[in-house]
Amino acid sequence: MIHFLVHDEADTVGVAVTDLEAGSDCAGLNLTTNQTLRAKATENIPLGHKLALKDFAVGDTVTKYGCAIGRVVQPIQRGQLVHVHNLKTQRWA
Amino acid sequence: MAKHKIVAYRRENGRVGVRNHVVILPVDDISNAACEAVASNIKGALALPHAYGRLQFGEDLDLFFRTMIGTGANPNVAAAVVIGIEPGWTQRIVDGIAKTGKPVSGFSIEGKGDIRTIAEASYRAKEYVQWASELQRSECDLSELYISVKCGESDTTTGLASCPTVGNVIDKHCETGGVASFGETSELTGAEHIVAGKAATDAVRKEFLAAFEDYTDLVFRQKKDDLSESQPTKGNIAGGLTTIEEKALGNVEKLGKRTKFVGCLKPAAAPGGPGLWFMDTSSAAAEAVTLWAASGAVLHLFPTGQGNVIGNPIEPVVKLSGNPKTVATMKEHIDLDVSKILQGEMTLDQAGDALIDMVVRTANGRLTAAEALGHREFVLTKLYRSA
Repeated sequence: MIHFLVHDEADTVGVAVTDLEAGSDCAGLNLTTNQTLRAKATENIPLGHKLALKDFAVGDTVTKYGCAIGRVVQPIQRGQLVHVHNLKTQRWA
Repeated sequence: MAKHKIVAYRRENGRVGVRNHVVILPVDDISNAACEAVASNIKGALALPHAYGRLQFGEDLDLFFRTMIGTGANPNVAAAVVIGIEPGWTQRIVDGIAKTGKPVSGFSIEGKGDIRTIAEASYRAKEYVQWASELQRSECDLSELYISVKCGESDTTTGLASCPTVGNVIDKHCETGGVASFGETSELTGAEHIVAGKAATDAVRKEFLAAFEDYTDLVFRQKKDDLSESQPTKGNIAGGLTTIEEKALGNVEKLGKRTKFVGCLKPAAAPGGPGLWFMDTSSAAAEAVTLWAASGAVLHLFPTGQGNVIGNPIEPVVKLSGNPKTVATMKEHIDLDVSKILQGEMTLDQAGDALIDMVVRTANGRLTAAEALGHREFVLTKLYRSA
């Protein structure tokens, strides 16, 4: 069973493809390299939501599809949920 | 896709349609009541009420006429009855539609009133409906169809599954000489460099970037915040999309891996030949699909994540989703389930072939989910206030 997918080798987040429970060990797949990955979800992450694959500080950029998708506005630790509470657009601000 | 045959309606001008509508087209908002009365009198006639058509001017008026004439001219329309408050603009739309060679008649209300207009237009609509009912489908190539693509209520599964499935079909359709169009100008924000890299020539790239910058300027002129209350939508956010950049990067998966786009279109303008075309559209689903239908598109591919329910009165909208929750909870809206992609149980190529099969069935007459549920969203794009 795949728990999360990663679009690109450079990506710093994965996408949950099933509901992930806090504390669960998760199996992932990188769609570009076909490499299997492991990660631990430290929060509940619903299907479709993003899992941090590294620690982020405020001001860092998050990468998905190999491209920037926004700026970190609250510190994020590996395994946590990445969403509107800690990531904002860099385009229309 | 060249070997795929369909049975469809070849119109007087040679174009291929997949539906056989007789439309009752109001020139203006105040003619909606008469059009709806005619469609009520004559079974099989389809009224297309809308909110505009009075005192528009400049580029906005050009777009209005392009949309109304293009809607009547669409190959999915067999014949059209046009009703307006006065004869001038009514005739202008009739003349535009008549260039296709299909039957079209105009009626105007001033000096006559609604009741007599409705009676005269109903007699004509009855003739058209009976005539259209005897038209036969004939064998055509699937590559003769003009297909439009746009996603809605996207989430992260659209970028993983349903949008790249559409991209796979775009590659196959365009390689066999098909016509296709994408747009959603504001929803390319964050992925505009990827789109620019897919332009067939430098001139096309410059034209695309100019349209993109123009839309960006509009956002900056009118915005009161970072648009996080509307773009991404609340549905996008509920589905896990956080920013416009992330949404755009999933959106552009629909463009395919190999296809270059050959030109840029004003809203509702018809493509000038085969291949993939960029159209400068809003990202609101009903507005955008109405523009593509007016440009002559006969079938729309619509990936959704959280479950947008949109349809169009004349252009069938085929919906696909890769979100296993959505295909379970909103199954009556989904024509194709591609959620197996998420677990690696279906490849993009297999999903693309399954979507082509659904396109063939839809072209041959299968009603889409949106058609069966009566979704007929006909929404004109308005560029600015009327005079």
